[in-house]
Amino acid sequence: MATDVHRPVTTQAVRVEGLTRSFDDRAVIDNLQLDVQPGEFVALLGRSGCGKSTLLRILAGLDRDIEGTVLVPRRKAVAFQAPRLMPWKKVWRNVLLGLPGKPERTVADQALEEVGLTHRSDAWPKTLSGGEAQRASLARALVREPDLLLLDEPFGALDALTRIKAQRLVGELWQRRGCAVLLVTHDVEEAVLLADRVLVMDDGIIAHEEHIDLDRPRDITDPRFAELRAGLLERLGVDTAAEAA
Amino acid sequence: MSISHAPPGSPEPDISDISKADASRHASPDSASSASPDLVPIVPTSSRRTRVPRWLRRTTGPVLLLVLWQLLSATGVLTADVLASPGRIAQVAGDLIADGSLADAMTTSLQRVAFGLLFGTLIGTGLALVSGLFRIGEDVVDAPVQMLRTVPFVGLIPLFIIWFGIGETPKIAIITLGVTFPLYLNVYAGIRGVDSQLIEAGESLGLSRWGLVRHVILPGALPGAMTGLRYSLGISWLALVFAEQVNADSGIGFLMVQARDFLRTDVIVVCLIVYAFLGLLADFIVRSLERLLLQWRPTFTGR
Repeated sequence: MATDVHRPVTTQAVRVEGLTRSFDDRAVIDNLQLDVQPGEFVALLGRSGCGKSTLLRILAGLDRDIEGTVLVPRRKAVAFQAPRLMPWKKVWRNVLLGLPGKPERTVADQALEEVGLTHRSDAWPKTLSGGEAQRASLARALVREPDLLLLDEPFGALDALTRIKAQRLVGELWQRRGCAVLLVTHDVEEAVLLADRVLVMDDGIIAHEEHIDLDRPRDITDPRFAELRAGLLERLGVDTAAEAA
Repeated sequence: MSISHAPPGSPEPDISDISKADASRHASPDSASSASPDLVPIVPTSSRRTRVPRWLRRTTGPVLLLVLWQLLSATGVLTADVLASPGRIAQVAGDLIADGSLADAMTTSLQRVAFGLLFGTLIGTGLALVSGLFRIGEDVVDAPVQMLRTVPFVGLIPLFIIWFGIGETPKIAIITLGVTFPLYLNVYAGIRGVDSQLIEAGESLGLSRWGLVRHVILPGALPGAMTGLRYSLGISWLALVFAEQVNADSGIGFLMVQARDFLRTDVIVVCLIVYAFLGLLADFIVRSLERLLLQWRPTFTGR
């Protein structure tokens, strides 16, 4: 379990109570409760349009049109589906963007080393491949030493091979850093592979919660893995019996 | 090319016309040697590209035009009182340079443009920042600017003469006015066109409002600003020509007016060339500036 790494469990990393977010009188998030422990890796699944990205944006402080209580750590960072690097800043300047004070370049290079991108530190973002850009975006999030890392489908736009590498990287970084992670994804396998706890969002609330007690590193060929995956898929309305046949 | 033809070696005469093409296609595997496709080499770009440097290629067009003109003058098709020959113009240009009158005129004109550009840039960019960055600024500034923009600035010359007399002020004012609007429009559009996803990313990174302006909005508006600057430079020369044709006692425009009174087409052409040259120079400066400031842009740069 990840809840016992690095930080004492005195308080939650995320505390959400009675959260409601409406668009034109339609509640996308409807009286939602959510707690995330420090150092916990939580994956948030759901059909598209179920409000999972809205929830992430609220936790990131990007959407404040809300009712209810939302408590998040002061130090938090987001990585989006698109890397969203500033094209007019070299990679290392992108990494340092928004940090308080005047941090040295070595700070950026350390973060880039963690994601294996030191050699691209001086490059323009336009010259990065999709995977490299996403890793730069991760470095930009990590350099903030967040207590909460919010990941909004960060692997969605990557090709299959790059995605596997990136998932592995995120798993490693999380274990090294011990920060709480909220991963929004639509990939059930990815959620079961990485998370301590998988939440399924439906109708504006957390409709289902699944603790993943498999040992790490996880093996996708493990029958228990397949079972969890099938169970979650069923929750999401995908008939797995047809797939098994 | 033999793609559209049946392979010549495999006609089958006893099969009816309708299925002929079909049959030949079926027959092709047997006669593989005759039906093999034409191979066309893909030429590497480096070898296809000419070795002539870019600047030289860019000068060939104007030079050809000049040669044609000289030919027309030499053969008498183009007489001197319509348009002087390039040779005569070069000579007059030499004289004008030698006695310093061209240098004087250019200095005066350049000064007018420089001041007009400076004020126009300050006003245009300033207004664009106010209306681009602040909602209230947009409400207050944008409507009047859009209204004033529709007035042809050249039409204001009489009014400016009444207001500012016939010295330098009305000339600089006209150039300022011409420069202000294209810059305003492009900088404003540039600011409003900044990718909202990047602004959101900046917010999530903890940038302050000023930090967002400095690190996200202004660099994002820079391509628009450069476009605006280019338009503005073009218009500044135009405004200069108009301003100097009216009540000027110095400058390139004054030289031209004087030359018109003496029917000196050669001097007029020299002045036109100077205008063109200055315009070219200004364009070159903006291009260099773009290359320096916008090197991050992931756009196609041409072959």
